[in-house]
Amino acid sequence: MSTIKTEAVELKPSSVVRRPGKGGGLIHLMWKYKALYVISLPGIVYFLIFKYIPLGGSIIAFQDYNIFKGFTGSEWVGFANFAMMFQHYDFLRILKNTLLIGLYDLIIAFPAPIILALLLNELRLVVFKRVIQTVVYMPHFLSWVVIAGMSVAILSPSTGILNQLLGLFGIEPVYFLGDNAYIRSVLVGSGIWRDMGYGTILYLAALAGINPDLYEAAEIDGANRWKQTLRITLPALLPTIMILFLLHIGKFLDFGFERVWVFLNALNTENGEILDTYIYRSGLLSQQYSYTTAVGLFKSVVGLVLVLFGNLLSKKTTGEGLY
Amino acid sequence: MYRMMSRSYQLFNAFNILFMCLLGLAMFLPFLNVIAQSFSSSEAVTSGRVTFWPVDATTINYRYVFSDASIWRAFAVSVFITVAGTLINLVATATLAYPVSREEYVGRKLIMLMVLITMIFSAPLIPNFLLMKNLHLMNTPWAMILPGAISAFNFFVMHSFFKQLPAEVIDSARIDGCGEVRILMSMVVPLSKPVMASLGIFYAVGHWNAYMNALYYIDQPKWWPLQVLLKKMFETDDLSIDPGASQFSELAFTSPEGIKMATIVIATLPIILLYPFLQKHFVKGLTLGAVKS
Repeated sequence: MSTIKTEAVELKPSSVVRRPGKGGGLIHLMWKYKALYVISLPGIVYFLIFKYIPLGGSIIAFQDYNIFKGFTGSEWVGFANFAMMFQHYDFLRILKNTLLIGLYDLIIAFPAPIILALLLNELRLVVFKRVIQTVVYMPHFLSWVVIAGMSVAILSPSTGILNQLLGLFGIEPVYFLGDNAYIRSVLVGSGIWRDMGYGTILYLAALAGINPDLYEAAEIDGANRWKQTLRITLPALLPTIMILFLLHIGKFLDFGFERVWVFLNALNTENGEILDTYIYRSGLLSQQYSYTTAVGLFKSVVGLVLVLFGNLLSKKTTGEGLY
Repeated sequence: MYRMMSRSYQLFNAFNILFMCLLGLAMFLPFLNVIAQSFSSSEAVTSGRVTFWPVDATTINYRYVFSDASIWRAFAVSVFITVAGTLINLVATATLAYPVSREEYVGRKLIMLMVLITMIFSAPLIPNFLLMKNLHLMNTPWAMILPGAISAFNFFVMHSFFKQLPAEVIDSARIDGCGEVRILMSMVVPLSKPVMASLGIFYAVGHWNAYMNALYYIDQPKWWPLQVLLKKMFETDDLSIDPGASQFSELAFTSPEGIKMATIVIATLPIILLYPFLQKHFVKGLTLGAVKS
């Protein structure tokens, strides 16, 4: 991730001609290595067609797009689609869902791998640690469709093992997947189940890079394990935490289409629907092309502002940043 | 060191080990429950008697699933998308990352910026959908392969790996008369085996599990991958089993739940079987991407 930082910062051409050809000059250099440009062409074309054309196509957010009239023939409406968004009761309810789910995800799912990595780091028995790591990484490789399918079986109020387990403690069966009161917890919880273990990998790599001498010195100074964690381990993790936090902030409204869509049903849509599923439902299925593009653009712009703002704040306070 | 451990730290360790065991069980037992259900009779499943071991063990659910032609077809589509998609991913990522990683390449910062921008600002769904429509890619497997041909993140990982290959080695190959394609194929790629393996795994697992693009761009069952078929099965509560018909008259005693669980197991099996191999590589790949600076 720090790669991105170092590469994108300096955009000056000075280093380009570090090893000039005999005649010098950019054209000469380019001609000499023309094969490199040919090789890179498919990749560049890919980004232009599949990433930049749709970005340009987002102008339909400012049109009353009609599929038969096309981009050039459709009527321009300015910000009418954006204004419409905030008058929709549906939109405001779904925006609230998206913000709440994003917030729960940030305060519960984001710190979970940090805590798990710290706990894993305390395990002294290497074999045990390996086994636990192998098991907790595994759910990450399941598709959301499969996870939703498993959840239906496990969370079922009549036959699911979770409700059977709760029954042992005298708790009445809960219909987790068919209740607006539980859907947000299910969405955030399933993400923790799937990705908490996998999320520890980067933190464990950072932990492995800490100089053991620091702990030894702290030991001699009489610092106990808890103090060592606070004074040595956490500060060493801070750069990794900061960068992952910034990436997370940039995706605040981007909880993910698949992981929500697979859990939605008529009984939980009220509280479970997020912007992405709304865009799919009213965009693709109900063909409100311009309106949902405006919603999507709103989402992307908010994401951009969040990541730029977060980056600025982080650079000011900790010196760490993405770009 | 162990002698110096305080009482409270010992207590913490005991709780930590207990917690890890519980966490491991929470991750593992759902798998066991699903497998057990897939091998159990309908009566046992619907009455909720199945926990972690099959009850009235039977293979009827699997025999039913394997007799269904649509599952075989979806399996074939998923395999094709995974194999062809991953190949295209690796070739496309490497052919962009290699030139851009060389100092001779004028404008490499511009290309990097072009890729970076797509990482922090993405186009909404409908313009993507209209693009697929205009390119006539709807209802073709390419709609599930091409939109994600290069992942920006994987591009940066591969780029930073290529970048630290010594320029002298590549220069001397040039002096020996090797073309750039040959240098890439017979020097750069073999030298980058670990990163190729890791990124290949990320791409392949992504393709196998992909659902969203197929949902957006494929509406003919002919090209449904396994994940879409699975989701459709879960949407319909009744699998329209005709108990009187065919060799499956015993299916009168089978539940749709058991069949769904069997399909889940089949859809996950390739991943489970390859998991030891996957685990070896993804940890490396993920840390490669982050630690390099």
